[in-house]
Amino acid sequence: MNSVIMDNIARSYGDVRALDGISVQINGGELFGFIGPDGAGKTTLFRILTSLLLPDSGSATVDGLDVVDDYRKLRRAIGYMPGRFSLYQDLTVEENLQFFASVFGTTVDANYELIRSVFQYLEPFRHRRAGQLSGGMKQKLALSCALIHRPSVLFLDEPTTGVDAVSRKEFWEMLEELKAEGITIVVSTPYMDEASLCDRVALIQDGRLLTVDTPTRIEKSFPKPILSVRSARKYELIKALRAYPFSSSVYAFGESAHYTDSRSSVDAVELQSYLRDQGFTDVTVAQVDPGIEDVFMALMT
Amino acid sequence: MAAKDSSTERVVIDVRDLTRRFGDFTAVDSISFSVKRGEILGFLGANGAGKTTAIRMLTGLLEPSSGDATVAGFDVYRQREAIKKNIGYMSQKFSLYEDLTVFENIRFYGGVYGLTRATIKSKSDELLERLGLQHARDHRISGLPLGWRQKLAFSVALLHEPEIVFLDEPTGGVDPVTRRQFWDLIYETAANGVTVFATTHYMDEAEYCDRVSIMVDGRIEAYGTPNALKNQFEVSSMDDVFIRLARSTSQSS
Repeated sequence: MNSVIMDNIARSYGDVRALDGISVQINGGELFGFIGPDGAGKTTLFRILTSLLLPDSGSATVDGLDVVDDYRKLRRAIGYMPGRFSLYQDLTVEENLQFFASVFGTTVDANYELIRSVFQYLEPFRHRRAGQLSGGMKQKLALSCALIHRPSVLFLDEPTTGVDAVSRKEFWEMLEELKAEGITIVVSTPYMDEASLCDRVALIQDGRLLTVDTPTRIEKSFPKPILSVRSARKYELIKALRAYPFSSSVYAFGESAHYTDSRSSVDAVELQSYLRDQGFTDVTVAQVDPGIEDVFMALMT
Repeated sequence: MAAKDSSTERVVIDVRDLTRRFGDFTAVDSISFSVKRGEILGFLGANGAGKTTAIRMLTGLLEPSSGDATVAGFDVYRQREAIKKNIGYMSQKFSLYEDLTVFENIRFYGGVYGLTRATIKSKSDELLERLGLQHARDHRISGLPLGWRQKLAFSVALLHEPEIVFLDEPTGGVDPVTRRQFWDLIYETAANGVTVFATTHYMDEAEYCDRVSIMVDGRIEAYGTPNALKNQFEVSSMDDVFIRLARSTSQSS
C-alpha cells in the first residue's frame, strides 16, 4: 500500500523554482531516501509533506490524508524531525520528551517501547538540559520526540548532517529498528554514501527528480564501464586523463580518478600504457562498480 | 617523480609536542606532525577531539601551553601576527559578505591583507577571468550559486599569495560535480606549491587528501595516506577507519 503519494508538486520562492513537478509514491513500511545537495529542494518538499508549507500546484497525501485539506489529522499521524535542532534548549531531556508526549495527548510510558532503543543512549543524561547535549545526543533526543506519539510515517530532514561518522552509523542502525516496527521512514541526506542504507531513493537536484529506484538498480543503470586510475600525482593524472583522446568523463574520486571512455568498450591496458608514456610510473588501472555518485553526476550533466 | 623539484620537500608546518591546557583539561595533548610544501593534509577528529584548539594555535590565534611549532617559518609563540599574514583561511559557513558584490569582497579582503589598489585591481581581474566570473563582478554574493561562492571564497583566501591555506569543511553540501570542480581547484593550488590544511568530518572528503591526521581526545591517533590508514586498520573506507578509532578509545576509557 502506498503511504506517501506526491503528484506533480511545484513550489517557487519569487523567481526561484524550488520544486519543479515532483511525483513519487512511497510504499508503507519503506525506508525511502531523498538524496541531493544543498538547494536541491529537499527541505521545501518535507515542509509541504508535513503541511507546514503550501505547494503552488500539485497535491500530496500521507496515509490517505491530504496535506492541505486534512492537515489537522495529518499532523497527528506523522512525526517530523526538521534539519535544524528545534527542541527546547532550556528544558531537560526528560522535560522535552514529556512536553512532546503531552502535546500529542499521550504519555512517555505509553510509547516507551518504541523509543527504547534510541533513548537508551540518553538515559544517563535524563536531567541534562537539551542545549548542553553533544550533536549526536541532540539528534537522538529529537528523534525520540518525533516518535513519542507513535507516528505511522516519520519524516527526517537531513538527520545526519554535521554529525560524526560514529553517530551517523548509530543513527542508521536505529532507523533499521524503527522500520522493523512497521513505521514508514522518509529521510533526506546530502551524503551519497547513505543511499545504500535505504530501500529506495530519489536523486534530486534543482527541484527535479533525476531518478527513483533501489540503490542497486540505480548503480546498475550506469551505462559504461568505469576505470579507477591511481597515481601519487593526482592533479597531473587528472589532466593527462582529460587529454586522452578517448576520454568521456574524468572525476577525482577520493584517492583515485574515475574514468569513462567515449568508445563502446574500454581498454585498461591501452590506457595504462598511454599513462606510462606520459611519465606516470606508479599508475594502476582497475575496473570498478559504479556508485550512486557516479550515476548522480552522469544524470546531472 | 622527476617533475617535482627539491623545494617540494620543504616543511612548512612543523609541530613538535604541541600542547594546550585549559585549567585541568588538556585539549591538545602533545601532538607532533609536519606538512610539506604543496601537500594536502586532511585534519580530522570528532567534535571535542581538540581540532579547533590545534588549528587556533597553528593560525596564531591562541598561544600554546608547551611544545613547539612553526607555520610558514614563523614561531607560534613569538610571531603570531606574521603567521596570520602568511596564511589564507576559508570556512564553509562564512567567508564572503553576502551583501557586498563580488568585487567589493575582493577589494575588502585585499585591503585587509594590505595589498595596494593597483594590485587588488589586477588580481581581481585575473581571478574573475580564471573562474569565468567576469559577468558577476558587480553582483551581490547572496544571489550567487553555492558552487561559485565556494570557488570565489577559495580564490579570495589566496589573494595575498599565502604559503598555506586553511579550509574548514570546504565541500560540505555541494553537488558532486561542483565538489569535483572544487577539488580540481585545490589540487591545482597544491601543485603550484601552496600547502592545503583541510578540516572536515566528511570522511569521504578525507579520501581526497594526500595525508590524513585523526585526532581523538587531544591526541593524533592516526596519521598517514588514506590508503595506508585503510590498510593499517584493515578496512575499505575512511569512515570505517574513523569508527574503529572512536570505538577502540571509548572501550579503553
